[in-house]
Amino acid sequence: MRLSTLLLILTVMAIAAFMLGRRRSIQVAGGYGAIRTLHSLPKYYGYYVAIWCGVPGLLLFGLWLSFGDALIMGRVVASLPEQLRDLPDAQLSLVVNDIKNMAAGQFMNPQRGAEIAVAADLYNSLRVSARWILSGLIVALGLAGSGLAWTRLRPELRARNRVEGIVKLGLILASTVAILTTIGILLSVLFEAIRFFQKIPMTDFLFGLTWSPQTALRADQVGSSGSFGAIPLFTGTLLISAIAMLVAMPLGLMTAIFLSEYATPRVRAWVKPALEILAGVPTVVYGYFAALTVGPLLGDLGALLGLDVASESALGAGLVMGIMIIPFVSSLSDDVINAVPQAMRDGSYGLGATQSETIKHVVLPAALPGIVGGALLAVSRAIGETMIVVMAAGLAANLTANPLEAVTTVTVQIVTLLVGDQEFDSAKTLAAFALGLVLFIVTLLLNVVALRVVRKYREQYE
Amino acid sequence: MDTAEQAYDMTNIEKAETVPPRPDPGPEPAVVQFAPEAEPAEQEVAEERAEYDTIGDVTAKDAVMTVRDCNVFYGDNHALQHVNLDVGRNEVVALIGPSGCGKSTFIRCLNRMNDTIETARVTGEIRLHGDDINSRETDVVLLRARVGMVFQKPNPFPKSVYDNVAYGPKLHGLASNRTELDEIVERSLLRAGLWDEVKDRLDDPGTGLSGGQQQRLCIARTIAVDPEVILMDEPCSALDPIATAKIEDLIDELAQNYAIAIVTHSMQQAARVSQRTAYFHLGKLIEVDSTDKVFTNPGHRLTEDYVTGRFG
Ligand SMILES: Nc1ncnc2c1ncn2[C@@H]1O[C@H](COP(=O)(O)OP(=O)(O)OP(=O)(O)O)[C@@H](O)[C@H]1O
Ligand SMILES: [Mg+2]
Repeated sequence: MRLSTLLLILTVMAIAAFMLGRRRSIQVAGGYGAIRTLHSLPKYYGYYVAIWCGVPGLLLFGLWLSFGDALIMGRVVASLPEQLRDLPDAQLSLVVNDIKNMAAGQFMNPQRGAEIAVAADLYNSLRVSARWILSGLIVALGLAGSGLAWTRLRPELRARNRVEGIVKLGLILASTVAILTTIGILLSVLFEAIRFFQKIPMTDFLFGLTWSPQTALRADQVGSSGSFGAIPLFTGTLLISAIAMLVAMPLGLMTAIFLSEYATPRVRAWVKPALEILAGVPTVVYGYFAALTVGPLLGDLGALLGLDVASESALGAGLVMGIMIIPFVSSLSDDVINAVPQAMRDGSYGLGATQSETIKHVVLPAALPGIVGGALLAVSRAIGETMIVVMAAGLAANLTANPLEAVTTVTVQIVTLLVGDQEFDSAKTLAAFALGLVLFIVTLLLNVVALRVVRKYREQYE
Repeated sequence: MDTAEQAYDMTNIEKAETVPPRPDPGPEPAVVQFAPEAEPAEQEVAEERAEYDTIGDVTAKDAVMTVRDCNVFYGDNHALQHVNLDVGRNEVVALIGPSGCGKSTFIRCLNRMNDTIETARVTGEIRLHGDDINSRETDVVLLRARVGMVFQKPNPFPKSVYDNVAYGPKLHGLASNRTELDEIVERSLLRAGLWDEVKDRLDDPGTGLSGGQQQRLCIARTIAVDPEVILMDEPCSALDPIATAKIEDLIDELAQNYAIAIVTHSMQQAARVSQRTAYFHLGKLIEVDSTDKVFTNPGHRLTEDYVTGRFG
């Protein structure tokens, strides 16, 4: 039976269970007039029965998805001729792959064709019968579950609480998906990083001043042992983020002040969506704007002033990144400024303060913690931003504080380390994970601090 | 008092059937003649004038502020209609009336706080010592320094107690150095009856005080800029009886130096603190008189209903 058919059947059964359950609850209550003797509304009894119909089957299905294939494969492997079965694990898994490919009709292994073809047939037939058994079991479970629940319906049954409990469980499961994914990412990065630190000492990585991640392709190659001092990357990242924040903070804050305090509703209705469009521009587009427009422009400007501006400079990347962050800063600041109670403004106006005095002395100080929180979030965005810097800041790991020179950032290096064909156990590729770990920790800390600050600020007015 | 009597009839048109015989018979036929059901077009103007007249004496002996024919519109909503009222020196005038009748709207006209509401439009003539406050020459900032306001909910700034009080004087340059500023702050807190409670915690945030203390802090903040008129919009509605009593004492005391207009929903409070009382109803000023008169012998049926607690 096809998966979609099975799900359809299960859905129909659940709907039927719902209706029967609801009807039954009215019956046990003693008719429509006596619904008030029920603990919960009739529909909750319906949901209760429907859940008993569908959930056990779904659980079984989930179990099958996770372990079913392994079970079948175990049976198939057991049926293989001895000389294949006794192969070492690595080769056995190749054989297993061959069987699966063969079963899917994709691949023909010329060596052990016959044995594999037999095994593939067995695999296929086992899978088909397992499917049927599974479908039968799921339907039976559904019938049994709903039947049991149906007979157990009593007016005292706390159906609403049960149903809500299940719903809550579902919500919890949904929210853990994101959390578990984050933890998974962190762990995988962490393990790779640890492998890197086994090859390169952590102090060399964190405090080294030269970054040139070439490793020897052949053991006899000379002069390229590679050097993994990440300081130039950190300073490059800091430089660009600092330039971006210098652009984004004042502009974003002033935009927010204008929008929330001065703009008429008409103006606001135009400017806010425009800003949101700015936030929706893909960063790649900002990237080539930085590389093709801003870079050359800065070069010309530098030539005019007698300055030497590299064609790929920290300044260009930082400026464009700052512009990219403006909507982020302005919408966060706009929120916190709007959250300052009108009563506070009235108090100030009532004392004869002008609008600008009120903003300076009352609104901004009151909103400051929230603005700081927003700024920290913006910094963590700037640090993590990749596309613009890849295109506009260059690859040269210069240790410099001069914004006119080319620098490179942590994210850019991660990209270049992993682009192209790579072995995944050389120090060069593993370095990407170490950099990723540093990035992860820094942005995580920034976010935690920022969110705490913002939350604290919110509490103030509740 | 002829026109006033007429107004009595006019504003009672809706309830005309239920009006009891009045002690002082007015021009009975006029009621019928001016009834809206009849509404002859040529009488519209006259009728409108008559309808907005107020019972009692709207003038004050020593008027600081005079309001003549004041109207406020929120969009199309005519929220305040042809109001005339004076606020006199050294007196407290209480503004009472059912919710939504325009008390706050009226009081906010007096220091142009309605400017901060985009949809609000104010017409009429409001004078502070003879100067029209709505004229072009009037600087609204200076006006608000002369006509201070205390709000319903205490709204201290998120600053220290000291800075809350020093805020106004700093803005208006009332102190040339720190010592003078200290003096102003101490004097204002003393007069607001808060000094003893906060003198050791001037640097603590003003938002950390109790509700009653916060409201007195707001009053201190207002008197620190030494206004001529103080407007209070239900200053005690968020406070317990003890804090309320303190603020009422404070109002009594402040009345010796300032002209005060206070909105209140408590008849007792109006009776305790005010010398004159104005009764608003549906955007109209129905009756103004000495507080005694309004509470013991109101001239208008609506006023009587309200002060005796029959509606509102
Ligand atoms: N900001 C505003 N925008 C639009 N309409 C308003 C606004 N403020 C008040 N109004 C309207 O004006 C009328 C008078 O309101 P106002 O606040 O002056 O009443 P109030 O007498 O102070 O009532 P309360 O005793 O409840 O404070 C009401 O009908 C109200 O709906
Ligand atoms: Mg009000």
